Amino acid sequence: MYEYLQLMKSELTVTLIIFILLFIKLGKGMKSETLLSLIQLLLLVNVILAFGFNETGRIFNGMFVHNELAGFQKGILALAVYLISLLCSDWLKSNDNMIEMFVLMLSALLGMYFLVSSDHLLIFYLSLELASIPVAAMANFDLERRKSSEAAMKMVMSSALASGILLFGISLIYGVSGSLDFATIWGKLQNDPLHIMAFVFLFSAFAFKLSVVPFHFWTADVYEGSPVVVTAFLSVVSKGAVSFALFNILFKLFPNLFSTWYSLVVVLSLLTMLIGNFFALRQDNLLRFLAFSSIAQVGFILVGLSGQNNDVISSVTYFILVYVFSNLAAFGVVSVLRSQAGIETISGLKGLYKTSPPLAWALSIGLFSLAGIPPAAGFFGKLFLLMSGASKGNYWYITLAALNMIVSLYYYLRVVRLVFSVPDGEQKPVTILRPVALGLIICTAGILLSGVISWIYDHIRSMI
Amino acid sequence: MDLLIIILLPLLTGLAIVALPEKHSRVIALVGAVLQMAAAIALYVAFTHQREVGNVFPILFEQQYRWFPSLGISFHMGVDGISVAMILLTAFVVIAGVLVSWHMEKMKKEFFFFLTLLAFGAYGFFVSLDLMLMFFFLEIAVIPKYLFISIWGSGNKTYSANKLALMLMGGSALILVGILGMYFSIPPESRTFDIVKLSEMQIPFSLQRWVFPLVFTGFGVFTAMFPFHTWVPDGHSSAPTAGSMFLAGISMKLGGYGCLRAATYLFPEGAHEYANVIIVLASIAIIYGAFATMMQKDLKYINAYSSVSHCGFVLLGIGMLTKTAITGAVFQMVSHGLMTALFFAIIGMVYERTHTRMVAEMGGLLKVMPFIITTLYIAGFASLGLPGLSGFVAEMTVFVGSWENQGLFHRGATVIACASIVVTAVYILRAVGQVSMGPLKADADVPNDAKWNEKWAALILIAGILLMGLAPFWLNELVSPGVEIIANKLAGK
Repeated sequence: MYEYLQLMKSELTVTLIIFILLFIKLGKGMKSETLLSLIQLLLLVNVILAFGFNETGRIFNGMFVHNELAGFQKGILALAVYLISLLCSDWLKSNDNMIEMFVLMLSALLGMYFLVSSDHLLIFYLSLELASIPVAAMANFDLERRKSSEAAMKMVMSSALASGILLFGISLIYGVSGSLDFATIWGKLQNDPLHIMAFVFLFSAFAFKLSVVPFHFWTADVYEGSPVVVTAFLSVVSKGAVSFALFNILFKLFPNLFSTWYSLVVVLSLLTMLIGNFFALRQDNLLRFLAFSSIAQVGFILVGLSGQNNDVISSVTYFILVYVFSNLAAFGVVSVLRSQAGIETISGLKGLYKTSPPLAWALSIGLFSLAGIPPAAGFFGKLFLLMSGASKGNYWYITLAALNMIVSLYYYLRVVRLVFSVPDGEQKPVTILRPVALGLIICTAGILLSGVISWIYDHIRSMI
Repeated sequence: MDLLIIILLPLLTGLAIVALPEKHSRVIALVGAVLQMAAAIALYVAFTHQREVGNVFPILFEQQYRWFPSLGISFHMGVDGISVAMILLTAFVVIAGVLVSWHMEKMKKEFFFFLTLLAFGAYGFFVSLDLMLMFFFLEIAVIPKYLFISIWGSGNKTYSANKLALMLMGGSALILVGILGMYFSIPPESRTFDIVKLSEMQIPFSLQRWVFPLVFTGFGVFTAMFPFHTWVPDGHSSAPTAGSMFLAGISMKLGGYGCLRAATYLFPEGAHEYANVIIVLASIAIIYGAFATMMQKDLKYINAYSSVSHCGFVLLGIGMLTKTAITGAVFQMVSHGLMTALFFAIIGMVYERTHTRMVAEMGGLLKVMPFIITTLYIAGFASLGLPGLSGFVAEMTVFVGSWENQGLFHRGATVIACASIVVTAVYILRAVGQVSMGPLKADADVPNDAKWNEKWAALILIAGILLMGLAPFWLNELVSPGVEIIANKLAGK
């Protein structure tokens, strides 16, 4: 019993928070400010519990594994959720159904926790579903906006399709190996057409979730239509959890198919970066811009994925941590501007530095980090991904990836330039709420410190 | 001496500028620059003292801290004579840059912060002894350079800022691919980015021959190697005065230093393989830059294109692979840094008073602003290589070093490079003459002479130029042991 408590502490915390929220909803209700602060506090506890006190062990007949690395990965996801709750305070506070939003979000988070810990295809599939269905409901949260419903519809359709494909892949694996347990399957999948087909189906499902080209079409529309909270959640938390799951699957199920998936990952990552970058160049809508830039970032994550086992785990985990800080800094600013000044386009950012220097700095630092310019942590994140990809000696690949960084630099710098340029006319003043300020401070501090201080990367490395 | 002081001073200055109110920004920046200068001079004194007491170890004041140990990266610092010379140059240009921008109106706080950040990147770059650390500092300067041009710039600034940032990032990408390629071709147990350790390793020729061109070209982009020089005219002419001074005075030197320290020193056989290519490209840059300058009508473009030509001498010196020529290349870096910073400072001052940079629209300015124009003469003479000023020392050393190579090819390149000096004299004298002599043009509204800050900025740079021009031996003593180990490596010792 004690073992269950200890290994599943993060999952139990999240469940407990969900119950607390439901009970609050049953009661008379609270002022939304108080409620939001309470939720933020609970989420902070969740972060601390996820990062700390991690033991190694397996439960449920080995279906559920927990170790220090899994604890750290769950911590990253919990941190991202906490930051989102801080940064999107403006929108959340004014929404009547805030509790439902958090219940859905935490359910998805719970699914992701199980996803990270799963060591069995059954629990893996169930948790992936738990991680995606609530998000579709979240996308529909702006009930008045038609685009929001459209986004939810697209989200549901694409995740249903992805799940179908995934299930088919899983059934093939079961047929081939006679088991759903990772440890039993390990080594049984060879370079056989049927096995490769199983791999392709599994990988396609992941590609959907990660919006890897050519499975990226849903991304921009969903990002644009959903409330910013959901977009931030989708682009940071979902991507993070699925990336963690992806390298687990690749190394635990398909180690013998390495040569097959290596070339697939190389081609797809180059395509993803290219498409993401070139579409991001032309966007004016902020959320579509961030959508395509996040597609390009996923391409970069795939670069890291093409390396040796240990390099992949450390570089991708570290990159996701950095990506949480960088992307959420950008999303936080976008959220404030959208709910207070109604700014939805990049050209609307012109002269932001005059209206609100802190927001301008937070956005710029976030974008510099996404572009991979030091001293921002994004530089180190991308460097380690490149180093992981380069360890196979495929230098053409690395060169193309590095050239893609230059393209991305162009559009990130374009935004920064507009932010610092002279505004056209009077602009609405923007007030930064205290939780938002806290969130932005955490993000910028994370960006500026988690790279230069090498301890964090070393820590991840030591957990493998 | 503790090298952390060299990199922490600009960092702390930058933080102080951010933390304190805007009206104090320029004072803090100046105090910081003076302290940096003091630290640089102290470093020079400590360095020469070590040499006097007989410490012949090429790299002094080494310091190493843990930094991503699992990847073979470490925070390894140390200086040899070349680095000390570059740090001194940086200190001179920084102080002059702050003084010239004393009356900056627009977004003062940010301006001085970025100025300090750029200096931070440069100092860090010159003290690093680890390739990744070097790369880190090289990249830090991207943001300030871009924002300098796009916020405070003039003319076609968006285009120039993008061109500069993207081309320099392109250069960085080449460097990164090169050093990663080197890293992963070494057996796993000895993988490292440490320059000292790498220099003791036997790196196979098959590896050198493809890593060297990548790293050299990458750094070459920074130092305006033909055909990657196109960012220089646009970037320099669109940047604000202090920005141009930093770009030409410091930033281009990062490239030259990197070509020496990272490319030539670590991959000497690769350098031999490609030396002729470098010489050809450098000669083209020298001649092409000089003739292109002849056609320019804008003072900033004149100096920008002449920078392409002058930085060609740096690459030519490196490509000649002899000890004297490489010493000349280092001299040229210092000399060009000082005189081009002075030139840009003067152009900024003239522009503030006449509101034009077109040579044809100016005339007779010597009568109304004697100090500024006299300084312009000094900068011009240094640029065309008048004996007694720094340019002569540097170019002469490059030529002598180049002539040490036998054979028609090297001699021919040397002759071509020498011939460019005539062209330089033509465009410098023509431009300076038109600006200063003749009748005063009417639309130059009652110009006044230099203010105290401008005088100091100019005097500090002139002091550097004279110090190097009249007494080159101290610089020679400073850099030659450092150059010698590079030359020894090249000779295969």
